[in-house]
Amino acid sequence: MSDRKLSPVLPTPRQVTREPTRRSFFRTLFYKDSVCAWIFVAPALIGFTVFYLVPCIRAIHISLTDWNLLRPPRFVGLQNYARLWADGQFWNAMRVTLLYVLYNIPIQTVIGLLLAALLDRVGRSVALRAIILAPYLIANVIAAILWFWMLDPLLGFINALLQSMGFARIPFFSDQQLALPTIAAVNIWRHMGFVALLFYTGMQAIPRSLYEAARIEGAGPWSSFWNITLPLLRPTLVFVLVTSIIGSFQIFDTIAVTTLGGPVNSTRSIVWYIYESSFEYYKMGYASAMSCVLFVCLTVVTIVQMRILRSGQSELS
Amino acid sequence: MKSSDSSNRKRLNRARWFGYAILALFALISLGPIWIAVKTALSDSKTLFSDASSFLPQDPTLFNLQRVLGFADPADPRMAQMSYGKIDFFRALTNSVVFTLLAVIPQIAFSAMAAFAFARLQFVGRRLIFFLFLCATMIPAIVLFIPNFILIKDLGWLNTYQGMAAPYALMTPFAVFFLRQMFLSTPRELEECARIDGASYVSIFFRIVLPFHRSALATLTIITSLSAWNEFFWPFLVGRSESVRVMAVAINAFRQQQAGGTPDWSGLMACTVLGIIPIFILLLLFGRKVVESFQYAGPK
Repeated sequence: MSDRKLSPVLPTPRQVTREPTRRSFFRTLFYKDSVCAWIFVAPALIGFTVFYLVPCIRAIHISLTDWNLLRPPRFVGLQNYARLWADGQFWNAMRVTLLYVLYNIPIQTVIGLLLAALLDRVGRSVALRAIILAPYLIANVIAAILWFWMLDPLLGFINALLQSMGFARIPFFSDQQLALPTIAAVNIWRHMGFVALLFYTGMQAIPRSLYEAARIEGAGPWSSFWNITLPLLRPTLVFVLVTSIIGSFQIFDTIAVTTLGGPVNSTRSIVWYIYESSFEYYKMGYASAMSCVLFVCLTVVTIVQMRILRSGQSELS
Repeated sequence: MKSSDSSNRKRLNRARWFGYAILALFALISLGPIWIAVKTALSDSKTLFSDASSFLPQDPTLFNLQRVLGFADPADPRMAQMSYGKIDFFRALTNSVVFTLLAVIPQIAFSAMAAFAFARLQFVGRRLIFFLFLCATMIPAIVLFIPNFILIKDLGWLNTYQGMAAPYALMTPFAVFFLRQMFLSTPRELEECARIDGASYVSIFFRIVLPFHRSALATLTIITSLSAWNEFFWPFLVGRSESVRVMAVAINAFRQQQAGGTPDWSGLMACTVLGIIPIFILLLLFGRKVVESFQYAGPK
């Protein structure tokens, strides 16, 4: 197009491409260093395109279809989203997930802070940190099965202990009220050490001189924690909260091993429900629609958190 | 004056001991359940009820470990005593090793290459591509699992090692991001000297950048290996057949097997202990490195 427009001025189109002052897009793309750079990036870029970028777009596309993997997908527009809006099970799953996050995050964060403060002030040994980190290093599935055994109503260690102390046995995983808090507790057990370790690292960056000054002013350990440690820890706190809340919303493994969504839907979290819809009932379109909604929800939650906690700023520096 | 000072010190000492007590309690909470699993794995199935609240196994035996690994003698009278679940855990552990190697080694190699390009080389779209990589860390796994499952299924890779490892093998956003952060801190002088000597980017990458960041590469290897070893959801979707299923998937299948009756607890705990042993070996050998890896790879 542009060649034809320029042709009255310049004798032949060929000379236009040779014009020395402007580098063509093609040449910028492949100038000397660039070739090398593209070779370095290529494998990762292919992996990203095939397993992240395209699937992400495809997920949105699938969510607009009715597809059971056997027949070809049928385009249904926003019907899946309309169905989801009216689906009691979907709202139940959202409620269960939110409840789970509310059980999980506050306790996990408080225990993490407590442990980190203790590690920071009384015991800095690597062995202790390794012991506290150990539950995080073992698989979700193993943590789940371990506690499923510990809390077994008939043979479990905890229930045997409860009985020997004169209490009644508690059916932790099969009680409708207790199942979800129990799963939250299992994950608190697995994550508390890791969270504590991250907080501990953040606390190490706080200058000791501040504590010294506070002590000379007569501040006790409690007040120096509230007035020095906590405010200066905010960047770490934000990071830990954002990542652990995102992770917590996606609770799946523990449920898959222990309760399978039961008893009576009381642990049917959103990811478990999406899993059931897609990989047990093969409602790919509907499941994708739910997964896209989850994505949007998590993005909103993250942005809101960043805003509230003013993540970028630190009182240090 | 003096007396108040000493009472102050006494109070501080008491607070210190109280702190130690709480830390000890949490150490106990962390390791206690793992010890109970070890105890159960070493117990005879018949003693599970009578022994439920004890801390030590009565007549410790390696029989459960042998039986889940398939090393028990089929003629052993104990094999007939109970209806044990069927599991070839040796196979599962081998599969876990293969999956971990296939997912981790190429992932780190290719992510390091990309990270080097993002940190040091000029090319069109560098910022945009890196930004997209970063955004990818925000996507919930389940969103990608559905289309990726369909892709793996269409390729005919269900229940194969390559199907299980493929999404991890070429890159993970975390690995690229982590290594780019590290590579940005390479001293410029080192690289510039090499440039002046006529070294190509390829040789700078292999001779300077990679050796300089040995420690960061070790950190990343520890983190990605552990997460591959512990991975459940994706292998559970695409690798369920006994020939390829990994440790976590096998344990889950083993547990669901007896969903109706009483689970084969001593067998399950034997599997659990076998799944944990590699992690404890890692902790015993490189404890400090492992702890520091998780400590410093976090909020960066």
